[in-house]
Amino acid sequence: MNSLFFATLPLLLATSASADPLVQIRDLSFAYDSRSILSGINITIPRGKVVAIMGPSGCGKTTTLRLIGGQLRPTAGEVLVAGQVVHEFDDDGLYRMRRRMGMLFQFGALFTDMSVYDNVAFQMREHTDLPEALIHDLVLMKLHAVGLRGAHRLMPAELSGGMARRVALARAIALDPMLIMYDEPFAGLDPISLSIIGELIRTLNDALGASSIVVTHDVHESLKIVDYIYFVSEGKIVAEGTAEEIKESQAPYVHQFVWGEADGPVPFHYPARPYGEEMMEQPSRPRRWWS
Amino acid sequence: MNNARVQQILRQMGHQVTDRLWRLGFACRFLLMTVLYSGTALKRFHLTIREIYFTGVLSLIIILVSGMFVGMVLGLQGYDTLQRYGAAESLGVLVALSLVRELGPVVAALLFASRAGSAITAEIGLMKATEQLSAMEMMAVSPIARVVAPRFWAGVISMPMLAALFSAMGVLGGYLVGVQLIGVDEGAFWSQMQAAVDFRQDIMNGVIKSFVFGVLVSWIAVFEGFDADPTAEGVSRATTRTVVTSSLAILAADFVLTAFMFRGI
Repeated sequence: MNSLFFATLPLLLATSASADPLVQIRDLSFAYDSRSILSGINITIPRGKVVAIMGPSGCGKTTTLRLIGGQLRPTAGEVLVAGQVVHEFDDDGLYRMRRRMGMLFQFGALFTDMSVYDNVAFQMREHTDLPEALIHDLVLMKLHAVGLRGAHRLMPAELSGGMARRVALARAIALDPMLIMYDEPFAGLDPISLSIIGELIRTLNDALGASSIVVTHDVHESLKIVDYIYFVSEGKIVAEGTAEEIKESQAPYVHQFVWGEADGPVPFHYPARPYGEEMMEQPSRPRRWWS
Repeated sequence: MNNARVQQILRQMGHQVTDRLWRLGFACRFLLMTVLYSGTALKRFHLTIREIYFTGVLSLIIILVSGMFVGMVLGLQGYDTLQRYGAAESLGVLVALSLVRELGPVVAALLFASRAGSAITAEIGLMKATEQLSAMEMMAVSPIARVVAPRFWAGVISMPMLAALFSAMGVLGGYLVGVQLIGVDEGAFWSQMQAAVDFRQDIMNGVIKSFVFGVLVSWIAVFEGFDADPTAEGVSRATTRTVVTSSLAILAADFVLTAFMFRGI
């Protein structure tokens, strides 16, 4: 019964799709001890859309995903998924919500002691009572969707980076989630794999009737596939808009990021004292022979 | 030494003490969580059996070979001492009691900590570093139930069996050296052993010891792996800590258990 419920859930969600957004982030702040990572961000992820969160490394993008998935608790503000506040869930509630989410980690995070087939079957075996014959068919369907049905017997160590990412994508959509989160899905991929992953993100989102959040700093690939973009810098939303609006934006930060300029609002040089002053100065302590 | 320096030293010491206490508390809580989340490991026992293969069966070679050599050395050393008092026929008793009471559980546990404990820590630590544990959490599967508990119970189950095999191989090694090589009377060797070794006092107490050591080593191994910094250096340090802490814990627990079991405290 449970299995049937989860198998049909995306359809139910798709048909009951309404105007209310699937994910709402309101005045969200997060800090590790005293180090502030996010401060007062607001993001809305409408149902059925692919939304990108962009920004330089270390700006808090992955932290945002972890807050949506309930792996971290906000220091202020709230994250609502399907109308429910994530940090108010108890363990059972959180796990129930996560069954309706899929997440693609930066380097796939495939279970290295399991074959490709078992990786994709993992959630089906853990959360459903489906017979093995049906799981077999579903696993092959998911792998076929990412073009790797023929690789189902391979172990993760035998896959290239792009293939591992595609298997992880098949695993992320194993239970037909309502929300798919991608953490740097394009990092370290060759142009062909990059284009394949980009296309899969868009087509799988539309085919499943899901919503997707893509955390990335790959501007050109993501501008091709996403519906809306948020730019994060130093823990704040500094710009947002559709792909066209972002491409044409003259905001200095967005312009530098989109066109990959070395200097601008994000400076090339790490903050330092004047060059000449520092060069003229004698080292305060002579260098020892053992150091 | 001025006051500020003294204060700084005291503050550092206090910080270290509270840090260790906090970690010990976290480790105890982690053990409790592992036991509470053991349903999956016991209900889907094939997960635990798989880990028994990796931790127990693959440790067999080192345990059997070491047991044989320890028994052979006991045979040589024991004979050298006993024959001075004309008690060479008691060699079987000396070998058997040394092994089932002390050397079997303790040396097997030390070897188990080095062979299997370090492997468990490294595996869990690497799973953490490569985000496999995070991925499992995001798939609504508890890593403690799915990864930690089966490994913990596999260690607890394997340890007494490995200690028993270690002792059996040790007795065989003692027999080969004492009876076959040196020429101690075979009948005396076995019959005195049979008469002197008590099932409850000696064998069962040895089993209890190895069970306790199994809990200690497995607990330390899974905790260190789970708590490792998710970097290559962090995993390496956690693996070292597992071997060092397990070894010290085994020896300390051995003293306490021996004091209670054989001294009537």
